[in-house]
Amino acid sequence: MKTMPLGVTVNGEIREWTIAPGDLLLDVLRRQGYFGVKRGCEKGECGACTVLLNDKAVNSCLVFAAQAEGCEILTIEGLARGEELDPLQEAFLDHGAVQCGFCTPGMILAAKALLDRQPDPTEEQVRDALAGNYCRCTGYRKPVEAVLAAAAKRKPAVPGRPAKEVSR
Amino acid sequence: MNTSVVGKSLRKVDGMKLVTGAPAFTDDIQMLGMLYGKILPSPHAHARIKRIDTKKAKALAGVHGVLTYEDVARVPHTTAGQMWPEPSPYDTYLLDSKVRFVGDRVAAVAAETRAIAEHALRLIEVEYEILPAVLDMERAMEPGAPVIHDERDSKNIYDAEHNVAAHILREIGNVEEGLREADFVFEREYRTQRQQHAMLEPHITISWLEADGRLVIRSSTQVPYHCRRQVAMILGIPVGRVHVIKPRIGGGFGGKQEMLLEDICGALTLATRRPVKIEYTREEEFYMARSRHPQILRLKMGVKRDGTVVASHLKVLASTGAYGSHASTVQGNTGSKVLPLYRAPNLRFECDVVYTNTPVAGAFRGYGCPQGFFAQESLADEIAQKLGIDPIDFHRKNAIRLGDVDQLSAQLGEGKEGLPRVVRSCGLPECLTRGAAAIEWDRKRHSEPERGSPVKHGVGMACAMQGSGIAGLDWASAFLKMNEDGSFCLQVGASDVGAGADTVLAQIAAETLGVTLDKIIIASGDTDFTPYDTGAYASSTTIISGGAVKKAAEKVRAQMFGLAAKMLDTTVENLSCGNNEIRADGQPGKTVKIADVAMQALYKEKLQIMDAASHFNTDSPPPFSVTFAEVAVDTQTGKVRVERLVTAVDPGVAINPMQAEGQVEGAVTQGLGFALTEGLMLDEAGRPVNANFLDYKIFSAKDMPKLTTILVETEEPLGPYGAKSVSEVPINGVAPAIANAIFHAVGVRIRKLPMGPEDVLRALYERQQEHEKEEALVSQ
Repeated sequence: MKTMPLGVTVNGEIREWTIAPGDLLLDVLRRQGYFGVKRGCEKGECGACTVLLNDKAVNSCLVFAAQAEGCEILTIEGLARGEELDPLQEAFLDHGAVQCGFCTPGMILAAKALLDRQPDPTEEQVRDALAGNYCRCTGYRKPVEAVLAAAAKRKPAVPGRPAKEVSR
Repeated sequence: MNTSVVGKSLRKVDGMKLVTGAPAFTDDIQMLGMLYGKILPSPHAHARIKRIDTKKAKALAGVHGVLTYEDVARVPHTTAGQMWPEPSPYDTYLLDSKVRFVGDRVAAVAAETRAIAEHALRLIEVEYEILPAVLDMERAMEPGAPVIHDERDSKNIYDAEHNVAAHILREIGNVEEGLREADFVFEREYRTQRQQHAMLEPHITISWLEADGRLVIRSSTQVPYHCRRQVAMILGIPVGRVHVIKPRIGGGFGGKQEMLLEDICGALTLATRRPVKIEYTREEEFYMARSRHPQILRLKMGVKRDGTVVASHLKVLASTGAYGSHASTVQGNTGSKVLPLYRAPNLRFECDVVYTNTPVAGAFRGYGCPQGFFAQESLADEIAQKLGIDPIDFHRKNAIRLGDVDQLSAQLGEGKEGLPRVVRSCGLPECLTRGAAAIEWDRKRHSEPERGSPVKHGVGMACAMQGSGIAGLDWASAFLKMNEDGSFCLQVGASDVGAGADTVLAQIAAETLGVTLDKIIIASGDTDFTPYDTGAYASSTTIISGGAVKKAAEKVRAQMFGLAAKMLDTTVENLSCGNNEIRADGQPGKTVKIADVAMQALYKEKLQIMDAASHFNTDSPPPFSVTFAEVAVDTQTGKVRVERLVTAVDPGVAINPMQAEGQVEGAVTQGLGFALTEGLMLDEAGRPVNANFLDYKIFSAKDMPKLTTILVETEEPLGPYGAKSVSEVPINGVAPAIANAIFHAVGVRIRKLPMGPEDVLRALYERQQEHEKEEALVSQ
């Protein structure tokens, strides 16, 4: 079997791996122990394998590992700072946005990509950002609520500004 | 109720590992020497294997095992994860010389990589004798139809010669007489489709041999104990030589109330002596797992002029696909949980469940009720409209109420006679009131017809009920032991499939023991290390497993109090507990920390405070739900957009209201797909045509209507802390509420699911044709 080296930064740590040219990023990450990257469909339809590739949310099942050469990858394992959870993780717990939890890593990372580029999203923007992440448990109301709550928590409070209400 | 842990919207006890992506699911382990298992699916809907040659596959480097029917024992069984003896027919074999649907098992391989396993499948040479197939359930019983189960050794098939897996006929009162007494009789036919569970985590099993030679099965299952028993029987090994572990599950919805991969994976491990993993791909999940039973329902209802229902007669034809998994029980529910919603004295339920050469149906959230309520609540709306009665008033007049005894349940139990059902708690009237207020029913029902815009709005509603566990059958047990720091290990056989059972059970234990939730360490669903539980199905976990946890906790509390009474120099009658302390009531300052009681027990008394309990109910208290839908129907495209969905549910007491809301919202979202978009389609040869998420459409965050969830809590005497159940009942009302809203919007009734744009457009066109015909007659 042909192999090739791969150099990436995963969750802030430099990694040098040996891969096969046809390996999917999903398979390589799971093989290396990043189990938070979930295999849901392998066709880019469900979003369970979402990771951030240079800050952009991608389906890791649609990316060859080789394409990630030199890139920065963030998986769910790298989101918390030690014991301190990201506001998105906190909000998902507080709002009951986690049920089986299989779609949760992908959904949280898709939400993070949104908040990093749009710190103050509308509900519509949140729904757009999560549209590629199927969830069969929650009906999406609580995850959307959680993302909006995390956004409110992440940004410095603006005095006199009313909190956003979630309409659905 | 004065509680400090129960009834609170606390964080999930297992939430932390899920938001951090910790390795918790079946596939989140790596084992040295693990092989990849793959199943060769039948390309034919019905065929006999004349010759099968595995030589080339076996010779491929990296292949360690290939199994066909020639290599395994022939043990008839059912894959339905049900109480022994299972009411489903024993019509399935680990591997067989006959295949009965596209996707049926032909052979299985285990190889060092997935690519080698897939390659090996292509090297297996199979010569088939292709048999005529029957895909259409309406033709399955016809004379001359191909007989799907012509083997002699299957058991408990109702009429194999005519492809009838199960037949049900039950009646209370006298429906014929009832219909004669009625002022009006309405009769309609409804059709429902093959809906898939589409849980995000596909079925997966990993098996290996322990050092002592025992077979370990780590599997994404709702029924670890049923799996253990069935696998042992199929593989011919003692139950004690099998250890089933249920790790974190990525959604089940009934699809994993099934022994689906565990047997073949275990067989490959026994054959190769190596760890083996089998995981369905998404495509395989769509047609090689299970689905909701498609049904054709013919419902006849007799009513008095004032709207009182006097008789209902429901005839159901259902397809179970190639095997009879859950055939009699799912369909039994279509009668027993649906018809008694109305207090008519005369009810009759007739049902044939037929085999077809199609993918296999099984358990799916609602378990036969979504089909039944689609028919019943659609017809109720039509009757109310014809009689000029508001549908809400129709339900207030006819719906089952507090103190009623449902006698149909006594006749229709789990595949046999059941027990009468007494309504001891009922929030249905309040669900009607609060749901109607939330959707502004009165205003929207009587608003002026919209002119101009091609998009018309309407509101509709539907009522539903379900059960909480299977009366007299489902049972559970729990074990609790105390640790030095005043924490407790809680061990339950119950299987959290993502619905939050671990949290709810831990809350019940914490409440009873007087400790905070962080003091409960729960382990669940391991056949070696947790006690028996029938499994996560039939809306049973909170009420049945929760009942066992409460009993066990009460016994442990009594032991704790015995020691604390000595330590506080008082009697147990004076003691109460809360917030990690035991107090002597009326004696301020006389308290002892539960952790200190634990230290006293373990290091002074040399006593492990621990106990266990078993629990079952002889009744299945019904939770209730009312669904209100507001739709916008585009009369030019037929597209239905649900704009708002209000669900009012009576779950008894919600042990964790936040989780209960989540259950409701997840259920109605699956209900939206059932109503509008979902259905696995087969071509004329029985091959799936939309086995992927692009062509099989489930709702995404962007497709959702505005959801409103109202919990109408009641106190159920048979439930722990007053709880009933919540996860299934809300799915039942979505499709009929939407169908009724479509009628309100545009005046056409859609009687098939899913209600696609083409169905709405066709109905609008047909109505237009009728109008034109009528106008032509008038002008003549």
